[in-house]
Amino acid sequence: MLELVYHHLSRGAACLLPYEFSPTVLVVCLLSGWLYYRGLRRLGRRPGWDALLFGVGLVSIYVVLQTQVDYYGRFSFFIHRVQHLVLHHIGPFLIAVSAPAPVLAAGLPKAIRSHVVDPLVRSPLIRTPFRVIQQPFVAGFLFVAIIYFWLEPSIHFYAMLSIPLYNTMNWGMAIDGLLFWWMIFNLRQPGEPDVRHYGVRMLVLFLVMFPQIVLGAFIALSTTDLYSIYNLCGRVLPLSVLQEQVLGGLVTWIPAAMMSVLGALVLLVRWMRVMPTSASEDINSFQDRWPAANLPRDSLKIS
Amino acid sequence: MQLNGVRIRAGARMIAPALTTLIISLVLVGCGGKAPAKWNATDISGVMEPLTFNLTDDHDKSVTGKDYRGKVVMLYFGYTFCPDVCPQTLTRLATSLKALGKQAEKVQVLFVSVDPNRDTPQVLREYVKYFSPQMLGLTGTQSELKDVTKRYRVAYSYGKGYPDKKTFYVVNHSASIYIFDPKGNARLLVDQQETSEQITADLKQMIAQSWPGQ
Repeated sequence: MLELVYHHLSRGAACLLPYEFSPTVLVVCLLSGWLYYRGLRRLGRRPGWDALLFGVGLVSIYVVLQTQVDYYGRFSFFIHRVQHLVLHHIGPFLIAVSAPAPVLAAGLPKAIRSHVVDPLVRSPLIRTPFRVIQQPFVAGFLFVAIIYFWLEPSIHFYAMLSIPLYNTMNWGMAIDGLLFWWMIFNLRQPGEPDVRHYGVRMLVLFLVMFPQIVLGAFIALSTTDLYSIYNLCGRVLPLSVLQEQVLGGLVTWIPAAMMSVLGALVLLVRWMRVMPTSASEDINSFQDRWPAANLPRDSLKIS
Repeated sequence: MQLNGVRIRAGARMIAPALTTLIISLVLVGCGGKAPAKWNATDISGVMEPLTFNLTDDHDKSVTGKDYRGKVVMLYFGYTFCPDVCPQTLTRLATSLKALGKQAEKVQVLFVSVDPNRDTPQVLREYVKYFSPQMLGLTGTQSELKDVTKRYRVAYSYGKGYPDKKTFYVVNHSASIYIFDPKGNARLLVDQQETSEQITADLKQMIAQSWPGQ
């Protein structure tokens, strides 16, 4: 009995071990978690929903990169798509929606903050490119372009063979995901009215949905083997090449597009929360605005 | 404004020659030198690590990837109980070795069994000899096999029945053949669609490149 428990436990533990250990991923994840925890304590805040979302997002990224999920992701197109869904859509979504910037900043040791991070953030070398890639339409374009780029069959072929290219692909997905969802949930240009802020971001979420649907549907419905590399390198799931392709296409198509809907819902809820204040302002200014709206007619009469 | 103009012009003066140099060098790289080789297989130069492994050959001798420097190496993973893909592949390779004639001496086919449970060196020896005397069977411990398969991005797994030697179990494995040049660099990836004639043509070209003037 005890032996059986031990057997299952050891097998479970083996699943949690990385296929290819990456110190970078481990250090980045541990450091972010530690900064967040320290930030919460220093702000005197008790972990709430946002901490949970941040934690789940961070752990999900770690899990798809540094457990046996990665092994299956390398040899199964379907799992590879799930891995990228987490890396590009779900993990970064959860992290960005939790708005962790103030907590992480509070978690930074003072010396590092004032000598390293603040000057970096303020330097135009960082600021200008950051501002450009955080333009809603630029970020939206990059978000879709990176998916298309790595799914181009010949590029995909080499990405699955070359270890540096494979790591670049995964890091790129995670970083681009963070930038995109950060733009959706956290960035507002100074002086930008609420209507434009929420409206433009919802429009971008809406627009990025279609190219993903087209690509996912194309992969899922295609009857030829688009990604021959999986057949060459040995399959690990009891699925045929085309079955994998259908499932992988569906993952690219449906849950990916659903994340846009979910993001739009979050924005809508936040917008509604902001609205009552602007609505009350409207009531106060009701008297003033009415004549203003009638102004053109009056001016017409005068002329 | 004046100052800005000066600065921009100064910047342009710096960038223009840099750009020109870049374009010229790109053109030179593109047009100069040898015409790019045409392969039937997929070119994987620079994509994968040089030939490296620690395994046991079919004479029960420990060998490493370095032992095969100086030959064009074809690396293929399989198992001797394989019902279809492995015999077909090895037959194709044997055919192209035969077609190479004397040049076949410069080629070494390495058949790595990922089923050491059933494929002892003796079993492997009998098996590869059947296809061609030029072939060598290799296998190793699970950790040695995991190491080499991970390096060449291939996977293998066992079907129902493993590790019982009395029942027949399937081993899922890769279908690709890697070709390394005599320096041990990974150069080509041959897939299952390629005929033995195409493989022969690629091997001839690889030999001609590796031993120019022969």
